[in-house]
Amino acid sequence: MQDLSQLSTTEQFFYYMQANGWYVFGQFIDHFLISIYGVLLAAIVGIPLGILISKFGKLSGIVITLANIIQTIPALALMAILMLVLGLGKTTVVVTVFFYSLLPIIKNTYVGIKTINKSITDAGRGMGMTKWQVLYMVELPLSLSVIITGIRIALVIAIGITAIGAFIGAGGLGDIIIRGTNATDGTAIILAGALPTAFMAILADIILGFIERRLDPVKRQQKKTISAI
Amino acid sequence: MLEIENLSKIYRGGKVAVDKLNLDIKEGEFIAFIGTSGSGKTTALRMINRMVEPTSGKITLNGKDLTKMNAVTLRRSIGYVIQQIGLMPHMTIRDNITLVPHLLKWSKEKKDETARRLIELVNLPTSYLDYYPAQLSGGQQQRIGVLRALAANQDIILMDEPFGALDPITRDTLQDLIKDLQQRLNKTVIFVTHDMDEAIKLADRIAIMHEGKLVQFDTPDNILAAPANDFVKEFIGSHRLIQQKPNVKTVDEVMIKPISITIEKSLDEAIRLMVEKRVDTLFVTDGDHRLQGYLDVESFTGARKTKKSVSECYEKEIFYVKTGSKLQDSVRRILKRNLKNIPVVDEDHRLVGLITRANIVDIVYDTIWGDEEDVQEKKELILE
Repeated sequence: MQDLSQLSTTEQFFYYMQANGWYVFGQFIDHFLISIYGVLLAAIVGIPLGILISKFGKLSGIVITLANIIQTIPALALMAILMLVLGLGKTTVVVTVFFYSLLPIIKNTYVGIKTINKSITDAGRGMGMTKWQVLYMVELPLSLSVIITGIRIALVIAIGITAIGAFIGAGGLGDIIIRGTNATDGTAIILAGALPTAFMAILADIILGFIERRLDPVKRQQKKTISAI
Repeated sequence: MLEIENLSKIYRGGKVAVDKLNLDIKEGEFIAFIGTSGSGKTTALRMINRMVEPTSGKITLNGKDLTKMNAVTLRRSIGYVIQQIGLMPHMTIRDNITLVPHLLKWSKEKKDETARRLIELVNLPTSYLDYYPAQLSGGQQQRIGVLRALAANQDIILMDEPFGALDPITRDTLQDLIKDLQQRLNKTVIFVTHDMDEAIKLADRIAIMHEGKLVQFDTPDNILAAPANDFVKEFIGSHRLIQQKPNVKTVDEVMIKPISITIEKSLDEAIRLMVEKRVDTLFVTDGDHRLQGYLDVESFTGARKTKKSVSECYEKEIFYVKTGSKLQDSVRRILKRNLKNIPVVDEDHRLVGLITRANIVDIVYDTIWGDEEDVQEKKELILE
């Protein structure tokens, strides 16, 4: 057995990854799933809510203020509160992620629909579209890229929150980070947890950013114009 | 065909936008609603397709009460063009044109066929069908906006200041286009504008509105000849009342005989003819005397060495007026487009006459010194 304390941090990091590669990968997947579940749940609730408040202006103030308040609670505190009800484990973290993801998703859905040029929806209505047709033929396609931006922001936040979730026994890459902080000279172990977390956040951002651009009607057209020339 | 009875709209807070409007519109008519902003013209228009629900009153179309119909079904049967154009930015031009047919669940073949047929009506290439609205200019977009209102064979088309946001030349072209389409397809058009020139040019009858009330509803000639009150007089503007004088004339009364040449003649013959008749423009016709284009001094320069016959170098793009049209229209065209002259053609597109700038001078001379009253009026104008 090698004397690990003789190795540099980088060497220690690669040694750890070599020995525990599959374990880190497993935690990576766990971490990712917890974040995704939370964000997906928030999207399922947040998008319809965002649509609703864009139609009934009076509700928008209340709903957005509420979501804002949730956002101001420190993640650890919110988890502690939820833990009292839901106990330890993954569920509590998923619910925490859900609450934090609500604001960006609701707000972006609301803004996305509100900022559509009034004349376009007016024309749609004037052509004889029903309210539902205006929603799914005009408003949703035109605000989709903004909604995806909301999901993208939510997912990046969620990955960070899930790392904290290790404190209440949810597993994920946060587990590795905590182990590193507890060990003497654990920098390499902290890195083994932190680097994949950062990598995941960046990757999620890039992928959703790509989807977002693909769905933006204006940017998509510019691309087509160039190819047409 | 379309009867509006005691139509009123009172907004919450008691503001009366439209006050007991009564109108009777016949099939195939071109009606212009005109008035200052806040006169209720747009509200009146939007009540016809129920974009605004009337507070009271009745609108009947061929005996059917529109206020009792399903609003969505109603809107699909009435064309609607708005000032902001409002094309769907995420749909291709094809999908935009066939939006209403799509809502009515037409088959794909029928929709494609309609889109192709319609885009040719407004002189745009069929390749544009696959473009997105942002790739078109404002004028082209509004042509598509007009087509969208025609796509499902709507009999009535409502237009809410459709050309308000366009530059004067594009607007002029689109006005000609819409008038031509309206007559060719026999549509009833109700048009909101605040531009009196536009209303006089396009409308069969003009409805002048002021503070929610209908002030006068008559043909442009009658309104110009007998304004109902001081408001109408002021709205029309004194300059148009003067212009009205030569209006009674048609182009036939003042046109002169044009010098024309048939298409198969040689350039040498053309030049000889120009010198002989002392003119700088020859009108090119085919064997049946139908107008094909024109040939002027500019067409010769450069072309003389390489080309031999008239058919090779004449200008095909030519503006013309039909016999029987009002003199004022042709005067406006000459001035607006900066033309030297404008040929007159008959129903079969045969060249019958020519209006030149010199003719216009004659008319202005007649107007000013024709009788004393006009001199007086002109003097007042100058003093102003």
